[in-house]
Amino acid sequence: MTTINAPMPSLSHRASRWFSRNLIRIYAALAFIYLFIPVAYTFVFSFNDAGKSNLVWQGFTLENWQNPCGAPQVCEAVVNSLQIGVISTVLATILGTMIAFALGRYKFKGRKSTNLLIFLPMATPEVVLGASLLAMFLNLRVNPGFWTIVISHVMFCISFVVVTVKARIASLDPRLEQAAMDLYANERETFRYVTLPLVMPGIAGAALLAFSLSFDDFIITNFNSGVVSTFPKFVYVSAARGIPAQANVIGSAMFFIALIIVIVGQVVSRKRKKI
Amino acid sequence: MANNKVSQDTGDLKLDRVSKHYGDFCAVDDLSLIVPDGSFFALLGPSGCGKTTTLRMIAGLEEPSAGTISIGDTDITTQKSYRRNVNTVFQNYALFPHLTIFENIAFGLRRRGVKDVKSEVESALNLVEMAHLAERKPNQLSGGQQQRIAVARAIVNRPEVLLLDEPLGALDLKLRRQMQIELKRIQTEVGITFIHVTHDQEEAMTMADTIAVMNQGKIEQMGSATDLYEAPKTAFVANFLGQCNLIKGKITSRAGDKATVTAKGLTFEVPLSRVATSNDSVFLGVRPEKLRLDDTGVNSIKNCVVTDRSFVGTSTQYLVRAPWDLELVVFEQNDEGLHDLRVGDTVSLEWDPEHTFALDGAGDINAGADLDDEE
Amino acid sequence: MAFLHAVSTGKSATKSVLKSRSLTPYLLLAPGLIWLVTFFIIPIFSLGSTSTMVRPDGAQIGVYVQELRFANYVDAFIANQDQYIRSFVYAGLATILALLIAYPLAYAIAFKAGKYRNILLVLVIAPFFTSFLLRTIAWTQILADSGPVVSAIKVLPFVDELFRINNTSTAVVIGLAYNFLPFMTLPLYASLERIDPRTLEAAGDLYANGLTTFRKVTLPLSMPGLVAGTLLTFIPAAGDYVNAAILGNPGTKMIGNVIESRFFAVVDYPTAAALSFTLMATILILVTVYIRRSGTDELV
Repeated sequence: MTTINAPMPSLSHRASRWFSRNLIRIYAALAFIYLFIPVAYTFVFSFNDAGKSNLVWQGFTLENWQNPCGAPQVCEAVVNSLQIGVISTVLATILGTMIAFALGRYKFKGRKSTNLLIFLPMATPEVVLGASLLAMFLNLRVNPGFWTIVISHVMFCISFVVVTVKARIASLDPRLEQAAMDLYANERETFRYVTLPLVMPGIAGAALLAFSLSFDDFIITNFNSGVVSTFPKFVYVSAARGIPAQANVIGSAMFFIALIIVIVGQVVSRKRKKI
Repeated sequence: MANNKVSQDTGDLKLDRVSKHYGDFCAVDDLSLIVPDGSFFALLGPSGCGKTTTLRMIAGLEEPSAGTISIGDTDITTQKSYRRNVNTVFQNYALFPHLTIFENIAFGLRRRGVKDVKSEVESALNLVEMAHLAERKPNQLSGGQQQRIAVARAIVNRPEVLLLDEPLGALDLKLRRQMQIELKRIQTEVGITFIHVTHDQEEAMTMADTIAVMNQGKIEQMGSATDLYEAPKTAFVANFLGQCNLIKGKITSRAGDKATVTAKGLTFEVPLSRVATSNDSVFLGVRPEKLRLDDTGVNSIKNCVVTDRSFVGTSTQYLVRAPWDLELVVFEQNDEGLHDLRVGDTVSLEWDPEHTFALDGAGDINAGADLDDEE
Repeated sequence: MAFLHAVSTGKSATKSVLKSRSLTPYLLLAPGLIWLVTFFIIPIFSLGSTSTMVRPDGAQIGVYVQELRFANYVDAFIANQDQYIRSFVYAGLATILALLIAYPLAYAIAFKAGKYRNILLVLVIAPFFTSFLLRTIAWTQILADSGPVVSAIKVLPFVDELFRINNTSTAVVIGLAYNFLPFMTLPLYASLERIDPRTLEAAGDLYANGLTTFRKVTLPLSMPGLVAGTLLTFIPAAGDYVNAAILGNPGTKMIGNVIESRFFAVVDYPTAAALSFTLMATILILVTVYIRRSGTDELV
């Protein structure tokens, strides 16, 4: 009996050992599935031959990808979102980077209140940010539209830029700048040849973050957009009567473009380190 | 950028009554110092003694709270660091990670608008024997290689004074030994004044012509390595440079060229020239390798007991307890006269008066001991 | 003591190039801070002012005058207390759910991923690149009554025939947790990654079992990330209305839904403003208490 049964417990024992040792990896894999199910769903349904209401699988087609502007108003909304995203990113990155340098490189009075002012917008729910800005625009009799959206996006992106760039500046070895000064570079040259190139990856990351926050924002935009449409607003409004498959095309395309940018960025920075 | 005017003075580096305060803390306290042109000078001391602050003031990275710094006849106290003809080899090197080795070395030349950057950089690379690495990035280099590049980057500018801030701290022992010889060679070759800041007494003693031992913002003693080791003037210097046996005693007579010291009923002799104080209460000092396990000499302690022994290759180190509350360290060379004692053996110790020194007995007998291992 | 302190100040002074007595920092700060004051601080005051306004009898829709009527707050709260409380309950549940998912995930990336670390980190952020509205709407399809998830669960013997996920509070909480998962994962990862794996081995060496090591070493060391992650999840979740609107039903409305509809559908600005103000105040109080209690003040 024992000779026959002996391998059995050892096998199941090994299985359970494998399981318990890899439990955390299995768990992580499940978490990734949870994260990606909706993305996969969106991607798959971008090929749905569904016409206007993209709810049930009707068959495979490439037409949505070949003609992403096929549905009414999709592309108009996307163009608005891209324009708003670029303008807001440029402004927020410049303003935020300046603040980050002031905080990271200078001693000045009012540092504490500055930090608080940077932190507060991040600790305020979007609905409050959106509602308060709209309340002000209404009180001033300003009609919300394209530029009020830009204003609101710059406002909530600045804090994220400051935090990202400041972290990069803080991780910079101050001796590098001292070494530049020691090697006959004045303040301006030190900034141009040493500080800025070293902080650049942080600034680029901050800009990418600002753009994706702006492009994807719905709540604040919805309050301050008036009749101007953006891509998220378009999706929300059309959700009631079914979203055209072209929206899935644009969502999926954004996903892959961003993924490529990030991966290329990673590869480039790794190559730079090596060569 | 040719607009950066760099001063071109030569001459001795002079610090005149320089102090540096951070709030209530005095990092450098009324320090005066002359470093002769072309010498290899070391500032030695434990961490927090003010040596790095002193270095940074010479580099122009800190401004003194009081006093003046000058090179030759030019006062550089408030001159910006990029206008001083002084360069620094930073601790951990501070090579620019985004630039190649070539561009790192060329950095200072380009800022000063030097025309023939390429040949200057190449000769600097040759000086440190790193010419084959010109196109690499700093993080592809080993610690020792980075060290050489940091030296080349500073030296290529032919500064009047080169500052080295713990330059060998990040290297392992073997490499450190090698670089000590290397740095000494480079200094002899280029003839620039080197000021070397370190907490490592061995490093200072092997390389520098003159060593200034710093403690709590002041210079305790300045001199050649031999002077400092054989004739320390304070308990701090005695303990900080190598190991030292100090015995508390009292001078009972000063006659002719010698002084007599009594401690615990025993009398010892010490040449008057080696008495560093006018005080009668003294610490009598003798280095461990000067002690002999014998009882024939003028200065001797009998009835001691061996409490510990350890074999360290070239010598055997004994810990020996005197008949009173005092432990002495004894190094015995591993050659013919070896005693090979065991723990518990009774021995006598003796040493020559000319190897004895007497220090002011007012301070802490342990000052400077156990400090040299810190960062 | 004084000496140690002095040494440390001496060190910090040498640490970075900080110049005082100069106008430069203020010039750098000015444009950004003016933007924040104009479009964040002033609007908050504007919102405060709107919150005490009253609509005069017979006035046009959307016309209000200031009468400093603080009773607006009481009225608004009493009328919407269910949604108000629900917001914090949902946000709290979603935060816990996100933490349960994100902690092991962050732990696995920090300690078990080896050279795949960076790739996995990109994958954590990647879903963000698809519009969050599209993803939320995708959930409604995935969790639909006739969809794969519900059908699979209905196979289980003890599940009611009427079982559904869509349009329930469960769906809203799942959606909220999903939406803010990267905000939870990234700070957790950042603080876990900083832990030297040798400290965990040392704990094992000193007779701590797996669970004890986690409780006494890993968890305390990851506290800053945990606090940051929970805040970054809880705050936006409490103010969110998109998940409740898309995944919920009229009975799962959160305070964000009320504020939105008061503004746009009802054009009742004072009530919307009063509710926004109360929401922000409550969150700020909760955050302050939370940060104080968890002892991670340096976060702000």
